[in-house]
This record gives sequence, C-alpha cells and structure tokens, in this order.
Amino acid sequence: MSWLLVLPLLIPLTTGILCLVLASRPAQRVLGLVGALSLLGSALALLIQVNARGIQAVQVGNWPAPFGITFVADHLSALMVLITGVVAVAVALYALATGDELREHLGYYPLSQLLLFGVNGAFLTGDLFNLYVWFEVLLLASFVLMILGGSKAQLTGGVKYFAVSLFSSILFLVAVGLLYGATGALNMADLATRVGSVAPGLLTALAMLFLGAFGLKAAVFPFFFWLPASYPAPPVMISALFAGLLTKVGVYALIRVFTLLFTQDVGFTHGLILWIAGLTLLLGVLMALAQGELRRLLSFQLVSHIGYMLMGLGILSPLALTGSVFYALNHMIVIAALFLLAGLLHRLQGTTVLVRMGGLYRSHPWLAVLFLLPAFSLAGLPPFSGFWAKFTLVAAGLQAGQYAIVTVALLVGLLTLLSMGLVFAEVFWKDAPQALGQAPGGWGGLVVPVVLLAVLTLGIGLWAEPLLGLSQAAARELLEPGRYIEAVLGVSR
Amino acid sequence: MEILLAFLVGGLSAVGVYLMLRPHLIQFLIGFLVLGNAANLLIFTSGRLGSQFPPLVQPGGTVLTPIANPLPQALILTAIVIGFALAAFGIVLFFRAQQVLHTLNAEAMPESLEAAPAPSPVDEVREERR
Repeated sequence: MSWLLVLPLLIPLTTGILCLVLASRPAQRVLGLVGALSLLGSALALLIQVNARGIQAVQVGNWPAPFGITFVADHLSALMVLITGVVAVAVALYALATGDELREHLGYYPLSQLLLFGVNGAFLTGDLFNLYVWFEVLLLASFVLMILGGSKAQLTGGVKYFAVSLFSSILFLVAVGLLYGATGALNMADLATRVGSVAPGLLTALAMLFLGAFGLKAAVFPFFFWLPASYPAPPVMISALFAGLLTKVGVYALIRVFTLLFTQDVGFTHGLILWIAGLTLLLGVLMALAQGELRRLLSFQLVSHIGYMLMGLGILSPLALTGSVFYALNHMIVIAALFLLAGLLHRLQGTTVLVRMGGLYRSHPWLAVLFLLPAFSLAGLPPFSGFWAKFTLVAAGLQAGQYAIVTVALLVGLLTLLSMGLVFAEVFWKDAPQALGQAPGGWGGLVVPVVLLAVLTLGIGLWAEPLLGLSQAAARELLEPGRYIEAVLGVSR
Repeated sequence: MEILLAFLVGGLSAVGVYLMLRPHLIQFLIGFLVLGNAANLLIFTSGRLGSQFPPLVQPGGTVLTPIANPLPQALILTAIVIGFALAAFGIVLFFRAQQVLHTLNAEAMPESLEAAPAPSPVDEVREERR
C-alpha cells in the first residue's frame, strides 16, 4: 500500500483532530502551519512518485478494485493536491498574521484542516459515490467556516451558499444513483469500461445531470449567481481558501467525468461545455466590471476564469486539456493571492469599497507592484504564469478551428486587464478620499503569503517548462483512460 | 412495483423541488428532506427490486439466485446519514439567521456587502457581543 497516496488525507485529518484536542490557541496556530507545510511536503513526494512510476492506486483493505474503496493519483490529482498544499500554506501564514481571536477561538483551525481533508479526498478518490461523500465532507466544513463568527453578512451569504450546495448535492446523488442503475458499477475505472453498453441517449441524459451537479459547484453559467453572494462575506483568510480550492474541486470533477466516462457523444456534450465556457467567461468579466467592492469584483473574476478551464475541456485535444489543467493550477495560486491582497488592503484602509479607497501608490509604492504581479497574471500578460495558461488554450483553440471561443477568450483577457486596471486606478492612483489613518495593528505579516504566491506565479511564468510538462502528462493520461483503468483494475481493457 | 416507485419518486421530486423554490427557509428545508427521500428511493429502485433472499452466503456455500443487491442499501444508508447531518445543520443555521436577520424569507435578506458595506465582519460581531 502506497502511504504517499493516503498521506494528503491523513495529515489534515490528524492535524484537525489534534487541533480539537489541544484547544489552546498557540498550539492550534503552530499546528495549523505545521499541518499545511507537511501537506505540501507529502503532496510533493506524491507528485514525484506519480511522475516517476506512473498512476498510483490504493485499494483500501485490500479488497479488489471494483468492490473496495479505491484511491487513485494520476498527474491531474497529484498536481491539484500539490497546489492545494501551496494555497493551504499561504492561507495558514495569513491566518497566523491576522490574529483573528474570535474565529480561532470558535475553531477556525480544525475546520480549515477538515476542509483540506475533504478537498484532497475529492481529488484522490477513484469511486463516484465516495466522491459524493468527499464533497459532503468539504461542504460541511465550508458551511461552518462560511458563517463562523455569525455576522449579518456571513449569515446572509451562508444561507444562500447552503441552499445551493444542498441542491447540487441531491442532483449529484440522483445522477450517481441512476448511473449505478444503468451500469451496476460505482468505481470510476470500472464505470469507464461499462458505459459503452448503456443506451447513448440515457448516457447523455446522465451526463447532463452530472454537468448540472458539478457545474453548480464550479459556479459556471448559468449557475454562478450564488458565488459572488456568498464568497465575499467571511473574513479573507476563509474566502481565500474557498476561492482557491472549492470551485476547483467542481472543475476537477467535471474534467474527470467528461474525459473518463462521457466521451461517447463529444459533439453534443463538449459542444455544450464550450458554450457554457464562453458565456461564463463573458458574463463573469462583465459583471466584474460593474462591481464597486473589491472582493465581489474578485468573486466575479473567479467565475469568469472558470470559463477558461472549461474551454480546454470543451475543445478536448491534448493541447487544450494541458491548457485547462495548467490554467486551474495557475488560477488557484493567483486568485488566492488576490483575495489575500484584498484582506491586506482592508487592513490598511479599513474598507474594500473601491470609491472609499485610494492614495496607496503614494504611501506604499511597493504594494502597488505587489498588486500588479497577480493582477497581470490573471489578465494573462507575459511573463506571468497566466500568460502561458491562456497562450496554450488559445493555441489549442486555433488548432481545433474553434475561432468563436478563441475570440471570446482573447476579449475576456483584455476586459480582465481593464477591470484590474480600474481597480489599480481606484485603489492606488486616485487620491485618498479621506485622510488615511495609521494601519490598525501590524500588517507586515500579512504581506508574506502574498509575496510568496506572487513570486510563485512569476517563477512559474519565467520557468514554465516543468509545470507545463506535468500538465501535458496529465492531459495525455486523461485522453487515454486505458492507463487509468489499468492502474485501478490491474488489467488493461 | 418499479412503475409504482417511479411515480412515487417523480411525485416526491416535484413536491420537493416546488418547496425548495419557495422563498421561506423552513419550506426550503422540508423540500430538501422530501427531495432527499426521493433521491434515496430512486437509488433503491435503480438497484434491484423484488427478490426474497438476503445477500448472505454461508462459508463454502453457493449463491442463491436471485439475491437482493446490498449495495444500494449501503449507499442509501450513507446518504440518509449525510442528509440528517445537513438538515440538522440547516435547522441551526436558519435559527441563527432568524435571530440575527429577523427574517426567514430569503428574498427579504439583504444582498450581502452591497446594501450596506459592513465595517469589518470581526468588528461587527464584537459590537453585537457587547
């Protein structure tokens, strides 16, 4: 049994339990950081092993594959777990520096570890019903985190988030039940070998149910309304964690089922995904341009950029899937950095409403540079990681002759740049509308995780080869499910 | 039997979805419970119905055909437990929402952060506690 495969699950679980047992605040703070760092370490080790030895699979309790519980790590899973570790470390550092006593007292650390537990479980499981259970694990943790502290804004956002999540969970459960009824299998590799015998019409209907369930989680058009209503409500250390990780679980699940299971009617299903991608891209960025509050604006940007990841899935060529995977990884880093930066600006100016901010370029010029790094990366300017992500997708779109979606992608890139430029003008260039007070409390520690993430996106941009290579390997595995099936079932079919 | 259950599932789903679309949160929660039961019955039906033998095999014994399929029941059991947990959390969440927001009508709740930009969630809570 490969321990590396279960470590990304055991580490957050153990840390979470220890945090509950050792209720003292200093101990929890140390544990939170240690847990995140060891998660990052184990994820790195897992990726190295997957890269060296191919897809890793573990059968829990040694029950043979279609019957037991399976954990699988291919390149996609391992990469997602790795970036989850990166985001976890950044958010843990940020949480250390905020000193939000109230939420630490209410159990922020154990809950955030359980959230990571659920997210990693969803990335690593090889069984569709277990995927449902992992979704519930991460959802329950995220519900509590969302309303932790119980302010009005949090409860309003929390109710909406809760309602939408419940609905998507039931949709997912129904889809799993019907797929089980049609095939008699739940293990994803086993399913992949059996879906061929299902009537094509029924299979397409099931694909639509899955698209609805995961689309709600990933906040794509037309299901994105809940995200900007709820994500800006909790404090930044929590919403950055959500923004970085939760929608990507939905995207991961979409990529997984629409490359492994539902590939029999690509013209319809993936064509529909392309439409959804285009509309998500456009509407998200247009709504972002209309926002007057920084975190709501970033939430709409988050929605918009989910569209890029779906664009690669919709085109479904090796290059396009490489772009999708690379985009998801890059976006987790960039959006977490921007959310954390919004929290830093909030600490400096006491507000995130754009008209009430200003004058920061004069007082903190280096902070302006720090903002521009992830903002340019989001807009896709070279030499940042976002450039390579967009470049790959656009090249794949041109190769496949999908000129409409390429036009939309390029246009949205420009609009993102405009949106980020407007934020820059409002927050940094404009004169401060009110006399700036001294920043309440220390804020030096808050800069550290933002700098780390910004340097990371610059580093990936300048030295894109390794991560692009790994994404390419992931795409290759996704398009040849035979290897995945062989790793899980032990036989190639 | 399958046809009867199919209609039952369809009816329960319709009721559940209708209730979940209502603005009142208690109606929403009851809708969730009804729809959850519909989903469970659906999984049960899509397993296999109508066999009399439990899925038990003696050591060394042969399998009695047709045996009941145990997997849907295991799945439903898990789904029921998760459904209970979510419903319990929902009740507490809505109770707290009623206390703080003084309404259970989702349409009457303010759009967060837009109507009145809160100073800071932390400060707001501290003031409420004073």
